[in-house]
Amino acid sequence: MSPTSPIRDSAVRIGVLFPDLLGTYGDGGNALVLTQRLAWRDIAVDVVTVPAGQAAPDSCDLYLVGGGEDGPQVQATRELDESRALHRAVDRGAVVLAVCAGMQILGHRFPDATGTDVPGLGLLDCDTVRVDRPRAVGELLTAEATVPDPSGPPGATIDLGVLTGFENHAGRTVPGPSSTTLGRVEVGEGNGDGTEGVVCGRIVGTYLHGPVLARNPRLADLLLGWVVGVDALAPLDDHEVDDLRAERLRAARANELAPRRSWRDLLRRS
Amino acid sequence: MSAAHPSPPAALPTRARLAVATGRTVAGASKLVHFGSGSVIGGRAALLVDPDLLRQLTRGREVVVVSATNGKTTTTRLIGAALGTDRPVVSNSLGANMTPGIVAALGAADPIATAVLEVDERWVPQVLEQTGAATVVLLNLSRDQLDRSQEVRKLAERWREALTATPPARVVANADDPLVVWAASAAPEVVWVATGQDWTADAAGCPNCTGRIAFEAGSWRCTACDLSRPDPHVEVGDTGVTLPSGPVALDLALPGRVNRVNAAFALAAATALGADAIAAAQAVGRVQEVAGRYRVATLAGRPVRLLLAKNPAGWHEAIDMLSPAPAPVVVAINARIADGHDPSWLWDVDYERLAGRLVVATGERRHDLAVRLRYAGVEHVTVAEVADAVARAAAAPGAEPGAIVDVAANYTAFQEYLDMVGGPR
Repeated sequence: MSPTSPIRDSAVRIGVLFPDLLGTYGDGGNALVLTQRLAWRDIAVDVVTVPAGQAAPDSCDLYLVGGGEDGPQVQATRELDESRALHRAVDRGAVVLAVCAGMQILGHRFPDATGTDVPGLGLLDCDTVRVDRPRAVGELLTAEATVPDPSGPPGATIDLGVLTGFENHAGRTVPGPSSTTLGRVEVGEGNGDGTEGVVCGRIVGTYLHGPVLARNPRLADLLLGWVVGVDALAPLDDHEVDDLRAERLRAARANELAPRRSWRDLLRRS
Repeated sequence: MSAAHPSPPAALPTRARLAVATGRTVAGASKLVHFGSGSVIGGRAALLVDPDLLRQLTRGREVVVVSATNGKTTTTRLIGAALGTDRPVVSNSLGANMTPGIVAALGAADPIATAVLEVDERWVPQVLEQTGAATVVLLNLSRDQLDRSQEVRKLAERWREALTATPPARVVANADDPLVVWAASAAPEVVWVATGQDWTADAAGCPNCTGRIAFEAGSWRCTACDLSRPDPHVEVGDTGVTLPSGPVALDLALPGRVNRVNAAFALAAATALGADAIAAAQAVGRVQEVAGRYRVATLAGRPVRLLLAKNPAGWHEAIDMLSPAPAPVVVAINARIADGHDPSWLWDVDYERLAGRLVVATGERRHDLAVRLRYAGVEHVTVAEVADAVARAAAAPGAEPGAIVDVAANYTAFQEYLDMVGGPR
């Protein structure tokens, strides 16, 4: 669609880790969003889908880890801890987007279904803890999100605008001193302390489903820019995403968890 | 209001009779003020008077319980048709599938009628315990309503516990769904149905251990424990069904492969209960619509066909039922409480298969669908009102003049459109 020529001589390799374990909440869409946003710019892309039980490659440019249920979350952690593939990739400078259970896995520890602490991969400086609060379920809005610019001077940040998505998690995440957050929560729970997400270098963790990259193309292009360089990313026609964002921002700010929840619906179904 | 109805069966205890009468009065009042059919609120009122009402209403009655993520309303209707060939049947046929809706349906029924009950996945243990159902039909389990349903593995576990605690005489279950197989194999006798189900995305992890399920052509097994596909007793073909008693021809008015599977479950259950296979197959074949699903009606002056598809597994089957491309299709997505508030599942539907036709996106979450379709490379437009959406589809280049427009909607959107064309019947 856009006239940019690829600046790489090899395809961008995107690793989708264990979608069969961590695909409960539609996060598989993030891979499609990244793939298409590269393809529309004539940048070659190669998606490596890694099912549970198969060794994760350490050679991808960008990894996606999605949200899932408690048991599969522990299994995915075990596999990544044993193979160390993601650790090696991150050491090389690979980009990671980790959503919900995925973010929890990348931290220092998270609780399993029984509440027992499970050691995480230690790639994100954060701890996930169980709290005596209801599960956080609903629209999540983060105003004025930013990430530190890993290649800029100290203190330089990249602006992501408003982040929108849907959260669905029991644990709460405490960011550590060597991490930053994506921003302050305007609507919803996020990490649980008024912030949302955890960022360390080129690893971005978030509680946002939706999928997050479908609703937030600037975040998608940030991750891609870290791989191919921002100059390779010609603008795309995102007017339909703009319409979706406008509608979701309005709904979240109006606290419309249940749009037009009617008596009829309740009587029929409950 | 209650004077217009037959009296509650005399065999019921006084408290249960009072409960049934109360339920009818409340339902009637609710209906008068146009709060829908009133059956659920009536059932709730009845249960307040007698919490044990379901047990009372099913005492001495033959009971069939049907549960699943997808297809339970249709299969309940088909079992009702099959058993209706030789006995009176009562059913909660409009999809009110938790205890209040069930007692509302049973309260008005002939006391000797066989009860064919659609039961919400989460309510199976309670309904089994209270009805002592002799026949349980388990179709499938997959993700639905991401923000409010229990994890599917936990549901399978609860089914397994319920079948252990209240063993039915027989279970009719899907041999191709590992979650269902694990749950159903707790029962003493299982009639396994080969469904050829190829939606495997929600059962990658073994429910019995922490191993992985390996799917191969026509079979599956756990790579770590001995859970594997059982040998089926019932097979589904293009023109008929092979039952334990032998083959029977089947010519269905309902569309799609998945409805042949639903019909096979219905015939397996009905023949196990003594129904004649040929008569049952003919009765099942004549069912044309189920609680409005597949109804051809006039909407905004144009002929439409209503289809329900509410989760990835359901869409997987529904896409096959659409008129082939380039015929346009209207797709409606809501995300109300009964749909689940998170429509992220749209990204797990293979909407790429809609390529080659115009998709008119409508419903309250049409913008979510539009973004999904853009990334799928499917031509689409968004239209706010369904009447305008149907008109837009009918005017699309791929539309034959006067052709029926398929309208595929998820749960609350479907109910809304069904009300616009006369409601359930």
